Amino acid sequence: MPPQALEGLRILDVTQLIAGPYATKLLADYGAEVIKIERPGTGDVTRQKGPFLHDEPHPEKSGLFLHLNAGKRGVTLDLKSATGRKLFLQLAKSAEVVVESFAPGTMESFGLGYEALKAVNTRIIVTSISNFGQSGPYRDYKISEIIAYAMGGPMHETGLPEREPMKLGGSVIQFQTGAAAATATAMAVWNAEVNGHGDHLDLSLFRTQASSQDRRTTMLVGAQYTGENGDRRPPGVSTANGIRPCADGYIAIMGASNRFAGVVRMMGQPELLTDPRFDTVVKLSMPDTSEEFDIHYIPFLMQYTKRELFMMAQKNGLPSGPIFTAEDLYTEPHIRERGFWAKMRHPVVGEITQPGRPFIMNATPWRKPEPAPILGQHNAEILGGLGYSARDLSRLHSLGVI
Amino acid sequence: MTRLPLEGMRILDLTAVWAGPHCTMLLCDWGAEVLRVESTQVYQPNTRGHMAKVPQDLPRIRKGWGSMYPDWTPGARPWNRYPVFQSHARNKLSMTVDLRRAEGYEIFMELLKTADAVIENNVPETIEKLHVTYEELVKVRPDLVMLRMPAYGLSGPYKNFRSFGMQLEGTTGHTWIRGYTDMDASMRDDTFFGDAAAGMVGAYAALLALRHRRRTGQGQLVELAQAENFIPYLGEAVMDYIMNRRVHATLGNRHPTCAPQGVYRCKGLEEWLTVTVNNDGEWRAFCEVIGRSDLLTDPRFATAIARYKHQDELDAQIELWTQVRTAWEAAQALQAKGVPAGPVLKDLELVADPQMASLDYFKELTHVDAGTHKYPGLMWSAAETPNELRTPPCRLGEHNPYVYKELLAKSDDEYRVLEETGHIGMDYAPHVP
Repeated sequence: MPPQALEGLRILDVTQLIAGPYATKLLADYGAEVIKIERPGTGDVTRQKGPFLHDEPHPEKSGLFLHLNAGKRGVTLDLKSATGRKLFLQLAKSAEVVVESFAPGTMESFGLGYEALKAVNTRIIVTSISNFGQSGPYRDYKISEIIAYAMGGPMHETGLPEREPMKLGGSVIQFQTGAAAATATAMAVWNAEVNGHGDHLDLSLFRTQASSQDRRTTMLVGAQYTGENGDRRPPGVSTANGIRPCADGYIAIMGASNRFAGVVRMMGQPELLTDPRFDTVVKLSMPDTSEEFDIHYIPFLMQYTKRELFMMAQKNGLPSGPIFTAEDLYTEPHIRERGFWAKMRHPVVGEITQPGRPFIMNATPWRKPEPAPILGQHNAEILGGLGYSARDLSRLHSLGVI
Repeated sequence: MTRLPLEGMRILDLTAVWAGPHCTMLLCDWGAEVLRVESTQVYQPNTRGHMAKVPQDLPRIRKGWGSMYPDWTPGARPWNRYPVFQSHARNKLSMTVDLRRAEGYEIFMELLKTADAVIENNVPETIEKLHVTYEELVKVRPDLVMLRMPAYGLSGPYKNFRSFGMQLEGTTGHTWIRGYTDMDASMRDDTFFGDAAAGMVGAYAALLALRHRRRTGQGQLVELAQAENFIPYLGEAVMDYIMNRRVHATLGNRHPTCAPQGVYRCKGLEEWLTVTVNNDGEWRAFCEVIGRSDLLTDPRFATAIARYKHQDELDAQIELWTQVRTAWEAAQALQAKGVPAGPVLKDLELVADPQMASLDYFKELTHVDAGTHKYPGLMWSAAETPNELRTPPCRLGEHNPYVYKELLAKSDDEYRVLEETGHIGMDYAPHVP
């Protein structure tokens, strides 16, 4: 079997919800050994969040939990107890990385802050993921997906001018923060291996969003360049640009300015290119021109399905994409053919398909992971490895430590 | 000064627009030397602006986020003033060479011998036509790490399909689950999170390959299909479809299970507050802050399920409170009692934000063609590795002398010939629009 890129790296994961678990999932995907440490009894709160298999709430049947935690081994440990702390420190001695997503100061209150961990393992990397950062006036503020977008993101520019600003779909900022934490961790691993020191990394949802190239950073530069804030614009202001209806749904085609020629070619009406209404870039960027053009454009689009238009637009060199639902996506042949989806067998839910590799590495390939651990699944194996007997473990269990 | 982790790594950057440049920015921020390989003969639309020679009056006529040149003026060299480019090009170096011509290709191959990695996010056929695929490059640099990040991957029926992040958000299902619940999908404006996601994970992927190379001497090709990379980010919708065949629609600004959550109009123009109430404890605190203990006993709002069912009525009650205060007053009052809330910050408000100031996030840089401004800083900080932005966004061809004379040891005569033949330059060729 070929090696994996993060082989030999041991990571203690005391995160929950989305960002932390996605970070350690990315690390596990490429070979790190991730030990997911959960609270005894209830575990990661995502176990209580849907979607659940057949809509039946059950701690082992959350689709979100299964997706985020595949490939990890799971133990339970009460970090607030003295024994729990002791066990954690023992594990930390043999780990390269600890990833945590508690409120700032919590790990310190357990006696497990960066300095305490560094005392037992001089080259330890602690990756902290929080709402607003480990310091500063908002340190203790609460956050949510929508608040992260409102404060850190270009939400002010998202939506229609006459309406309220609009959030992004799902929990993408939390996932992005997880990806940022995985990247930062890999960077610190490099640093530890090359320059010989550990680190304490400070990541937050707020700062990840503020630094993301989803137009956020562009707006931060542009607003300073012009002295003006961006605003919400109605879609379709540029001629032949954006989402339009079609026979069975919607299609997004980028046909603005110099791409306009491709649009009229696709329509089989190349004469529109020299039509005095549409013959300059300045005219094409006027809202009235866009409306005028839609009189020709929309009847054309309505004759075809989103997939047909996707092919036609691509044939004419136009950046484009159909507006897919999750069903369209899951049944999409291109993605299936490339072997993206991963089928696993989980002891409680049975056969389950999940998103597979985020990227393909030729020499150090992704491996299909084991399904997400059931709560405390690897207690005996991992804590046993620290020298605790079955009797010790059963005593710890009855004390609620594991 | 602290040694940054990637110091000594040289990356040849063939990226365009957003996703690729975001990826190389992250590696560059942490010490890699990122050398943008550009051309004065061919224009990549959208990377340094929609066009090289922007009509000077156009940005003012149609102000938009894509045309926020300094003072709305493209200037003599608009490509060095375009905010999309300026937002990721700090710390990077820029050289120019025309890869389509034999001597240009040769220069690239010479440079490749000194490089550790090549990163690109073009349509695969573009890279094939230029003969800069992994298969070609590895002949010259056997331990090369190459990260390719096209829209749909290097195989399959959509291999050469053209797409920006916003169209990929359509195919991956993100567009479908965002936007106003009472409006048609064609009324959804563009969002660009797919680019941000691809850039982020691309940096991670490159790091993994570089680590393996450092430990074993073995390079490799890494392929990140931007569409596939974004699917895991949509986990809830994807898993619900797989497990239950349920197709999610947009929830607008609402939360899938908790209420209230929304965006509320505050006092003043374009003042908005976001709030998320996750549980009964936060609900009680919320009612206390807004002075509405009556809501606690109102059967429409007494339980989480009841609140979820009566969100429209609840939102109307909340707005009575928000509309007479600023978003900041409201947010601070709620946060003080542990209720998640925050204002919708405008761009310049975020630049002036106290949390950002305490993180020392923005850094003032002076750029020859754009002037002095604060630039968004590093995505995270590392306690043992102090770090900050080093140099302003690279100007087209700014580092040609370094690359040609220092790295490739070209003589002054050779340099001059390459200038005359349109490889080396700081301006686009006259025929470039």
